[in-house]
Amino acid sequence: MSVAAPVIELSNVRFSWTAASPVVIDIESLRIDEAERVFLRGPSGSGKSTLLSLLAGVMVPRTGGIRVLGQDIGRMGGAARDRFRADHIGFIFQMFNLIPYLSVLENVCLPCGFSATRGARASGGGTGIEAEAIRLLEHLDMADAALLRRSVNALSVGQQQRVAAARALIGRPELVIADEPTSSLDEDRRAAFLDLLFRECEQRHATLIFVSHDASLGSRFDRVIPFGEINRPSGAVNAPDRRKP
Amino acid sequence: MIAGLAVKSLRNRKFTAALTTLSIALSVLLLLGVERIRHESRESFTATISGTDLVVGARTSPVNLLLSAVFHIGNATNNIEWKSYRAIADRPDVAWTIPLSLGDSHRGYRVLGTTPAYFEHLRFARDRTLVLEQGRPFDGEQDAVLGADVAQSLKYRVGDSIVIAHGAGDVSFTLHDEHPFRVTGILARTGTPVDRTVHVTLAGLDAVHKEVESGEDPLAAIIGTRQRTDAPRAVTAFLVGLKSRGAALSAQRAVNEYEGEPLTAVLPGVALQEVWEITGAVEKSLFAVSALVVVVGLSGMLVSLLTSLGERRREMAVLRSLGARPVQIFSLILGEAASLTAMGIMLGAIALYAGLLAGRSWLESRLGLYVAVSWPSAAEWELVALVAAAGLLIGLIPAWRSYRYSLADGMIVRF
Repeated sequence: MSVAAPVIELSNVRFSWTAASPVVIDIESLRIDEAERVFLRGPSGSGKSTLLSLLAGVMVPRTGGIRVLGQDIGRMGGAARDRFRADHIGFIFQMFNLIPYLSVLENVCLPCGFSATRGARASGGGTGIEAEAIRLLEHLDMADAALLRRSVNALSVGQQQRVAAARALIGRPELVIADEPTSSLDEDRRAAFLDLLFRECEQRHATLIFVSHDASLGSRFDRVIPFGEINRPSGAVNAPDRRKP
Repeated sequence: MIAGLAVKSLRNRKFTAALTTLSIALSVLLLLGVERIRHESRESFTATISGTDLVVGARTSPVNLLLSAVFHIGNATNNIEWKSYRAIADRPDVAWTIPLSLGDSHRGYRVLGTTPAYFEHLRFARDRTLVLEQGRPFDGEQDAVLGADVAQSLKYRVGDSIVIAHGAGDVSFTLHDEHPFRVTGILARTGTPVDRTVHVTLAGLDAVHKEVESGEDPLAAIIGTRQRTDAPRAVTAFLVGLKSRGAALSAQRAVNEYEGEPLTAVLPGVALQEVWEITGAVEKSLFAVSALVVVVGLSGMLVSLLTSLGERRREMAVLRSLGARPVQIFSLILGEAASLTAMGIMLGAIALYAGLLAGRSWLESRLGLYVAVSWPSAAEWELVALVAAAGLLIGLIPAWRSYRYSLADGMIVRF
């Protein structure tokens, strides 16, 4: 493990919504290595999603440093962070992952529209972005020709999550972040979804950060990080994790 | 990329988008329609007196003289003496004159006494001359030439006999039935008041009136019969064409200073300008109403975009997670507003042209308004540009809100 390069390094990261509001994230140190499969466990509302927003560069910590793939994203400007996220990170959410007015295929290809790097990598095999999207969907048993052009609203939740996984994986991002992706699936589908996520990440040598409150899934990962142990906010325990706009 | 998303997003909300587009289209149709009718009615008035340099009548206001003599609106002014008419017609700078004698009617249509010069010199729609569709111009005292509308609505043909009445009303008790006229010709449609006029010779009109007078007053009858072959005694007004346009002002002054009797000469363009000043207030309020309707149409778009934002916060968050910048979220919503406005304007313009094509013959026959179906004028392009700018400006509101949402929410919107 010592030879593996760190994909994520946090040191003394503190975050609060406003300068005056209580600190919701206070992490002394966290390191996740390349190709690691990490299970981040913690109850809902504990600030896990806020941490993911920090890793993705959507939010910036008040103090401390966050390095992703060796770059200090806290020092980047807003536009650079957005481009970095588009180029290197694939996301899967709990539900409502998909853009309702795009077809299955358009949803999967969408990240390549925001990132030339991922677009180039997706079509790297010389087959084009759409061909790569179809190949990914095939792996997920979703490449039925009729399905590809269908509105995503017609899909079941399980199918939607598989489309979301294909979208997170297209263009081979180095880091895949999944935020409770299985909590709306039943037990059989949950296991199947994890299988395919592991398989695809392994093939691409991608690092996987999987966030859930469901401790029973932990045994399948390289490492389980109990969120409550690394995050010790000094403020109120029930700090809100979302600001009203 | 973002433009494609905006279009697909709108297509996904077809029903609301179609309703919003429709309301913008209707408001644009109204705005452009009001402008077009305003412009065309002015054009049509101007076209009616193409080529006439001066209108001369008894002392009255320029607007009254122009409206009564040329457009047959309102009552005719006092008559002017024949010798006054001759004095001005014989001036060296005058190329031609058309005497006009008004005051009688035939079943609601004005009867105009004039001379063959009318057919030779009267111009409408810039430089078109009157054309006879059937028959020949008037020649004798009993001949009459009908405007297209008169012939059509009263179903007259060449050879029919008509009787004129004293006064301009639809129903008159003084019928000149001792002196019937015979239709010798019917004019082609012009889109001007000519279409609604019965034309007879000055001599014919005079003969009618002398017969009436002879019935009332034996003395006048004696004088009347004696003067039977003489020149007419009076005309109501006359149109003047000058040899040189540049002489219009000096000729006008000469008429106004004529010593035989008080006369008024008006430059048609100047008098029309006065008419526009009178109608301007009405036009302005019509324009204000249609501008307000555009604001209402665009507000509908604002409401529909703002309502949709709430349910689209999740979508914005997903786009952010994919690397969309807040500015791109902003452009997405602004792009939707721009597309809705553009589609509304296009649909409104198409509806306007379709309406003009379908309704032009009705406008022409009912209102005497000849509407050209031409490319949008500069003023209309300006209005369209204003609507487009207003649409974008209003689109900034939901765009800005979504920008704020996407910054504040980041990726963690929960439902």
